[in-house]
Amino acid sequence: MHTYIFHTQVLRAGVWCGIRLQSSSTATASATASSSSPAPSLGFSFELTDQQKEFQQLARRFAQEEIIPVAPAYDKSGEYPFPIIKKAWELGLFNGHIPQEYVQSQSYHTCGMGLSIFDSCLITEELAYGCTGMQTAMEANSLGQMPVIIAGSDAQKKKYLGRLTEEPLMCAYCVTEPGAGSDVAGIKTRAVKMGDEYVVNGQKMWITNGGKANWYFLLARTNSDPKCPASKAFTGFIVDADTPGVQIGRKEMNMGQRCSDTRGITFEDVRIPKENVLIGEGSGFKIAMGAFDNTRPPVAAGATGLAQRALDEATSYALERKTFGKVIAEHQAVSFLLAEMVMKVELARMAYQRAAWEVDQGRRNTYYASIAKAFAGDIANQVASDAVQVFGGNGFNSEYPVEKLMRDAKIYQIYEGTAQIQRLIIAREHLGRAKK
Amino acid sequence: MSGRVLVGVKRVIDYAVKIRVKPDNTGVVTDGVKHSMNPFCEIAVEEAVKLKEKKLIKEVVAVSCGPQQSQETIRTALAMGADRGIHVDVSGKDYENLGPLQVSKILAALAKQEDAQLILLGKQAIDDDCNQTGQMTAALLDWPQGTFASEVSLEGDKINLVREIDGGLEHIKINTPAVITADLRLNTPRYATLPNIMDSLMNNETELHKPNHRTSLCVGLIPLFETVAPEDMQGGTDRSGAMLRHTVLQSGKPKRIILSCLCI
Repeated sequence: MHTYIFHTQVLRAGVWCGIRLQSSSTATASATASSSSPAPSLGFSFELTDQQKEFQQLARRFAQEEIIPVAPAYDKSGEYPFPIIKKAWELGLFNGHIPQEYVQSQSYHTCGMGLSIFDSCLITEELAYGCTGMQTAMEANSLGQMPVIIAGSDAQKKKYLGRLTEEPLMCAYCVTEPGAGSDVAGIKTRAVKMGDEYVVNGQKMWITNGGKANWYFLLARTNSDPKCPASKAFTGFIVDADTPGVQIGRKEMNMGQRCSDTRGITFEDVRIPKENVLIGEGSGFKIAMGAFDNTRPPVAAGATGLAQRALDEATSYALERKTFGKVIAEHQAVSFLLAEMVMKVELARMAYQRAAWEVDQGRRNTYYASIAKAFAGDIANQVASDAVQVFGGNGFNSEYPVEKLMRDAKIYQIYEGTAQIQRLIIAREHLGRAKK
Repeated sequence: MSGRVLVGVKRVIDYAVKIRVKPDNTGVVTDGVKHSMNPFCEIAVEEAVKLKEKKLIKEVVAVSCGPQQSQETIRTALAMGADRGIHVDVSGKDYENLGPLQVSKILAALAKQEDAQLILLGKQAIDDDCNQTGQMTAALLDWPQGTFASEVSLEGDKINLVREIDGGLEHIKINTPAVITADLRLNTPRYATLPNIMDSLMNNETELHKPNHRTSLCVGLIPLFETVAPEDMQGGTDRSGAMLRHTVLQSGKPKRIILSCLCI
């Protein structure tokens, strides 16, 4: 009997919308062509595998049919897009990094597939094309679970990753504080060992999925000696969100990505069992930073998806809108604007793909990951702003999609390492290589 | 009863693509153009998978006739829940001449070979809009047919069907084995999930068949004379009543000349 399907309950897709826009993404034009004969191996390849192409197609279709129609409404209301997230979870569009052995039971909707970072970046770009607010909510899951994936014990992985595959539960990465964002070593949340537990006190801020998470990855200071180096002073914990003492703040109203749930969280005498320590006391800093090499490429991919959307919207508008007797795309000022937008989007794509490929090869990709994130964040803002410009007066108006893109783009220069921090990292890596 | 359903899936140019006629007017451009499963075939696959989930049938077999790339279409069906696939390899000149009559002969032969209880097809393909394959297949097998189905329910060894027809909805009851063609409102096709896509690529559930020329392909060829894009629509002029209606009907008629020459 040829039943190879892992799960028997594949739920119905949502509304079949016939509004799928023609994708004009030039970078993927070759990817969507009918099967081409493989070129002789030149080492470096821009070709996607059949599986990657199909993943990309699925994510693209999901974005067109499920995300794009409802994104403006969620942006206006700021409501958490749980129905969309649930559908994406059912299709396996996120939580893809969870290795297959940590899936819980037989009849679950999606199993972790141990996807490579590259594969998940492809999917992330397509979902971000639809709405970066929703994509960030899903990406925050990857960020939250990454410390557990890279540093968790077998038991911790089974418990905390496993439950994410059983139900559409969210997790969150709790590091930033009101007084310390870029300066992670400056966080003040304290964890004091008392018997078999750690008692945590402190405040975290800007936690994505803060109000919706089932559990958090928490970074807290365990060594009170101010002279203790950062690499030994912090500890990573897994905290269940319903632990007594965890006080979830109000949902913050942000400039963009408004449907994503961002909150402050206060920890008041929260007791964490020692089994929930990742690796051991003092290993937290390395784990927290190590997660970023894996999550920066997807964030760059998200920014690229937003930029691609801005480019596509501007392009179709430029081909329709007429001034001075011709479509505005035929005016060189506009066509040059579009050309520069194209350049930026294509390069951002290549940058994140390189960064993702590097880490999948098993190499430390900090250099490429920072380049990708810095570049993609910057160009996303530029391209979105240029898109509004192409739309002219209409672009400023909320009836047209580009003003949302411009508002959503800003955060890409801030979270997951600010644009300035990325430059610090790139300079350090670059000069480190030069000195060798 | 084998409890086996054959679902025909056709690889067509994706519905969102802008069709362009080839410069030599021999057809439309297909090279490098995005193709996907015919939307009505997706609805048929969904219905078959649903029947299997309700345990009313045992196995869903996806069939596609075409070149190598048809395997992608079969894989999509597998990722949606079909159990196995049959790829009938038709390429080159044979593929250009492949039409409903040939496909229905192939499907009829496969239905007998696989001992199928039901054949589910889309009502028509979005590239040729023929709306013939289902009907011809039923005739060749001498099976009852339920076309333009918007509701299907199995009742013992009979099928209750609601058909969408010009006058409204028609309720019929047909015996099995039968051929059903799916209309738009039959269901909403599911997405393939990522794990299913991975599986469909890893497992080789698709058999390759080479059609026996004697039985299948050499009959009923319809030579294509010319393919021309429709004229650009002229703007309407503001006239009242009947004159306006007359003007609109005159302009914008697509020109496609096909010489039909059936040789049976």
